[in-house]
Amino acid sequence: MDPRHYQITALASLLAFGVLFLDFDISVDCIALILASALITQFACTRLFQLPHFDPRSALITALSLCLLLRSDSYVVLFGAAVIAITSKFVLRWNGKHIFNPTNLAVALCIALNWGWISPAQWGSATWLAFLLVCMGGLIVTRAQRADIALAFLLLYAGLLFARAMWLGDPLTIPTKQLQSGTLLLFAFFMISDPKTTPSEVRGRLLMACALAVSAFVLQFQLYNPKALIYALVLLSPLTIILDYLFPARVYQWPPTITRGSSHEHKTSRRRSA
Amino acid sequence: MSTKHLAVAALSLIVVCVFPVAKLLAFCGFYVAKADAQLFNKASKVVIAHDGDKNVVTMASDYQGDPREFAVVIPVPTVITKPQVHVTENALIDHLDAYTAPRLVEYFDEDPCAPRRAYEGPMARMALSANSVGGGKRSADALGVKIEAQYTVGEYDILILSATQSTGLQTWLSQEGYKIPAGAADVLGSYIKQGMKFFVAKVNLQEQERLGFHFLRPIQVAYESPKFMLPIRLGTVNANGPQELFVFTLSPKGRAETTNYRTVKIPSGLDVPLYTKRDFGPFYKAMFDTQVGKEGMRTVFLEYSWNLGFCDPCSADPIPNDKLIELGAYWLVPAAAATPPNSGIVGPRYNPNGPQGATYVTRLHIRYDREHFPEDLMLQETSNRENFQGRYVMHHPWTGEASCPAGDTYNKSLPQRFSREAENLAALTGWDLAAIHREMEETGQSFDPAKVMQAPKWYEKLWPQGE
Repeated sequence: MDPRHYQITALASLLAFGVLFLDFDISVDCIALILASALITQFACTRLFQLPHFDPRSALITALSLCLLLRSDSYVVLFGAAVIAITSKFVLRWNGKHIFNPTNLAVALCIALNWGWISPAQWGSATWLAFLLVCMGGLIVTRAQRADIALAFLLLYAGLLFARAMWLGDPLTIPTKQLQSGTLLLFAFFMISDPKTTPSEVRGRLLMACALAVSAFVLQFQLYNPKALIYALVLLSPLTIILDYLFPARVYQWPPTITRGSSHEHKTSRRRSA
Repeated sequence: MSTKHLAVAALSLIVVCVFPVAKLLAFCGFYVAKADAQLFNKASKVVIAHDGDKNVVTMASDYQGDPREFAVVIPVPTVITKPQVHVTENALIDHLDAYTAPRLVEYFDEDPCAPRRAYEGPMARMALSANSVGGGKRSADALGVKIEAQYTVGEYDILILSATQSTGLQTWLSQEGYKIPAGAADVLGSYIKQGMKFFVAKVNLQEQERLGFHFLRPIQVAYESPKFMLPIRLGTVNANGPQELFVFTLSPKGRAETTNYRTVKIPSGLDVPLYTKRDFGPFYKAMFDTQVGKEGMRTVFLEYSWNLGFCDPCSADPIPNDKLIELGAYWLVPAAAATPPNSGIVGPRYNPNGPQGATYVTRLHIRYDREHFPEDLMLQETSNRENFQGRYVMHHPWTGEASCPAGDTYNKSLPQRFSREAENLAALTGWDLAAIHREMEETGQSFDPAKVMQAPKWYEKLWPQGE
């Protein structure tokens, strides 16, 4: 199974659940706008960059992630975020990979410029177990291809939260509650583990996981920034170039069965390297 | 020295529940009743004006006891000097409370037989709008406690303390006559390690007498810190049951929300039976209890979020700039020639100092205890400028003659409409549906089509039932 199919199903289900039961601050027309803008941009870039065929799957994943994360009361911002996210995949590339996770880049830009916001607590803590199951399901489907970075990040981040609580003398209910966060799980399993942006080699991924966990922790608890996860990833993403240089490995390709021979990313990569 | 009760962070309120006097203004879609913080026991009110790193926190004390026994200890992110502290009037917070309170509005049905006309103005707009110990004393130094600053502002003696260890701070406070609840040391220790200072205030009786105040006025503290948060943990250490907190934020940016607890909008815009006007206080309390139960007491409720330039409908006079500036909205310009607030009109009312640009007020209502809210409230300002208010709607049926086919259709539709209103009320409050039906029948909302279709007798209009 192509992991993207699972991701699309999982993200769409989470979005439906959020809108129907958790009162997410995003209307149906905003969702439609983001999806349409992302797909049209993907289509336009496919033509512009002369890819062999239009593949909506990656754009759908980005659009659904934007719907889950980004909030804005301006249609222009939502449209712009979708365009920036998709375009970044085609423009900001290095050695056949995206430098930034498209959703992460667009969201970071929008919140840094005060065009939109994210609601880190929108999932509450009651739904985290179901959320965890969805995320773990993703691991099984993707045959744990990039699970190492997600799990290493979560383990270290959890360790830092518990260590902080113990140092402060806080009850352990505090770090436990901090970990029961849909936003954190979404970030770990659907964003930093994106195979098109993570370091290609396992040591690179583990180093990246450590850097992310420590940066996010410092941003959150020393600089009091509630958007720590988003900023940590966007600031550290270019580090992948160095890590891939230090630990070279084959660049990840989406399963070839879907694109009948070779994925468009692979072709693009070969063409560009040529 | 007598032992002072430590009214920590959350200040416990004992107020007789008084239903606010409903302004019976029978205009189209006009505000008729509000449900302000006085409805709730043990409710604290805190206003935070926030812009970037600049914060002004105003804390309304709900302490009703002997002023000699009042003291408050609040963790603050930085050392606070005398010019950063101010004492203001309760009326200021009360005004903000009344202005942002959930409200009941009423509409009057038109004559179903009269020709239809397009509605503009308030109704159309309304549809869109959707809290001494004796013995050998040990010196502060020996206990690791440092008095960073000490001064008197208004009727309060204030100390700013920093400490190196929680037991030292607890011992020092006890020596000085502050009664520290059991279990507070751990929480104090956590704040100390996070680099927080402690703002300690008690009443200076001579000053209070000289100033002539017989009640405790709110204390205001201005400071610069990236920490946009409200410490609630000390208040939960020894609390007897859940506490009620109203947080009002003022921001030039937009709506505020909590980042570590889900912020949920209170149900709004629903049609309710006419007798809700009489019972609006109990209705709102029951509705809030039901919502808290539904969310497992793990969420923060948004009750109001609106641009301060106008209100629609208004549950209190618009708040002029000088009052907002006193509450910490430093970015506003005081208007020299303020026009008096427009009153008695239908629909929106505007701030007497003109448009506020982007000044937004957010009203958050939190019921919390240690188990469900183990962490302090972490807040963020967002660029969300959507206007939201807790608003409930009554529709008065047409009571005049309606002898036309449209009138018959209208009359036949009423029992169904009343049923919907009853179901809304039952779902919102958890009240028994049959009891609601009975109450509605008694107050003139009959479910019997025959009765509905019967035009009221002339004498029934003189003394409407239930009023």
